[in-house]
Amino acid sequence: MTMPFYVAPEQVMKDRAEYAQKGIARGRSLVATNYRDGVLIVAENPSRSLHKVSEIYDRIAFAGVGKYNEYDQLRVAGVRHADTKGYTFSREDVDARSLANLYAQFLGNVFTHEMKPLEVEILVAELGSHGRPNQLYHIAYEGTITDEDRFAVLGGEAEAIADRVEQGWQPEQELSAALGLAVGSLEGPDRRLEGSDLEVAVLSQNNGRRAFQRITDGNLDELLGSVRREPNEPGPAGGGGQEPGEPSGEGAGGTP
Amino acid sequence: MSLPLFPATEDPGPDFAALLRRTAGPDTKAPVNAESPLAVRHGTTVVTLRYVDGIVMAGDRRATEGHAIAHRAMQKVFPADRWSAVAIAGAAGPAVEMVRLFQVQLEHYEKVEGVTLSLEGKANQLAQMVREHLPMAFQGLAVVPLFAGFDRRRETGRIFTYDVTGGHYEESDFQATGSGGRDARTTIKLGWREGLSLSEGLDLAITALYEAAEEDSATGGPDLVRGIYPLVAAVDSEGYREIPGSEVADRFSSLVERRRLGAAGSTGAGGGVARR
Repeated sequence: MTMPFYVAPEQVMKDRAEYAQKGIARGRSLVATNYRDGVLIVAENPSRSLHKVSEIYDRIAFAGVGKYNEYDQLRVAGVRHADTKGYTFSREDVDARSLANLYAQFLGNVFTHEMKPLEVEILVAELGSHGRPNQLYHIAYEGTITDEDRFAVLGGEAEAIADRVEQGWQPEQELSAALGLAVGSLEGPDRRLEGSDLEVAVLSQNNGRRAFQRITDGNLDELLGSVRREPNEPGPAGGGGQEPGEPSGEGAGGTP
Repeated sequence: MSLPLFPATEDPGPDFAALLRRTAGPDTKAPVNAESPLAVRHGTTVVTLRYVDGIVMAGDRRATEGHAIAHRAMQKVFPADRWSAVAIAGAAGPAVEMVRLFQVQLEHYEKVEGVTLSLEGKANQLAQMVREHLPMAFQGLAVVPLFAGFDRRRETGRIFTYDVTGGHYEESDFQATGSGGRDARTTIKLGWREGLSLSEGLDLAITALYEAAEEDSATGGPDLVRGIYPLVAAVDSEGYREIPGSEVADRFSSLVERRRLGAAGSTGAGGGVARR
């Protein structure tokens, strides 16, 4: 008979945390930030069909980084929870806080009780209404939940990216400015991301009941183009400088 | 409430009704073998027709309990999702509940799967709900919906009708159901042609409801005193939209005006024996 080894609980937790962190760090990052009309979520994601950002309910969006099958399972559970709750009670009674708490409990449970922690980090964003501000709930792999009021960064290089967002963040920024900031922060100093590398979606006050809207293909390229021209290039001959234009892609996007 | 997670082999997929059965336990529907002794609210005439860019759907606003008017401003035409509309006739309570479940079902599928159902898929979904309702129909609580929408793959409006058993049939041009459905259908039949414009389609739907209200006591006409007019909606490539009440009111007043000038002479209600 073999003697079971004694492993200190601290060590177990540390190993699990390391395992989860490594899994998450392999994936690409994601930035969510408030802008004038709502919440903008920008993920680095070359896939057009395996989404990192999706709709949960009228004013609630979900975003995840890490292992796709694990956060997608959480996304579907979130949709089910929200739809069941809205159907049983009323659409107004569905809120992000209770959903975020459920996620946190579930992730915490898996982290302490299961063999393998989930290698995910998720975000539940809610568009504010009736004077309440937007809410960004950031939930980590071990169930820690944090409530951000300006922006949230998920993924492997979160700290470096968050520093870059912090430097440029302004309250009440336009959609184009927010997109420029988010993309610039994801890129860092020595990379350049194109529209095809990004998955972009907004929760916008202008969209009616279902606030979630993806900004795709043509609209994204156009919006990204207007952002890229603004900062340092002084525009064509004469260098009069272009006004920071209105966000052109917004509202005209594809079906939600 | 806990997070609704299922093992992969027992996952209900994008089916909201199946999810509800899973999470809510057995539901207590249909009382068995009881001839419905209750006065139940009934909804009445709804019509739909195809025009050149899509479909028009309209319904009167009256709900009745036996011979009494139960409600004057009932909604019988609903958006099912962005590209389709559903209208109901029959027992009001279960009908409205069916619409609510249908709306959630379509949106649920769209969110879970990331794509919308095809129009035919939506029509089939509704058929299943009507079929599940059959036991209630035997108790006298029948629900007969009309479903129509814009098929984005074929780029045309399409219309589906149902019977109480859940049978569903595609109509090519127009359909009406409810107690005044027969009169409404005849009116549309006389006025319909291929390639109607939106304006002509709206006028035809409104005329059909007006005629139905004249012949059927359970169908409400335009209520000029309270300013309650039938609910009219159109679905085209841009999606569902409700026609504003003011526009419907204008169309009704011009219709009434035409009738007043036209029918100054003739009176009476055909051959029937008038009852007091």
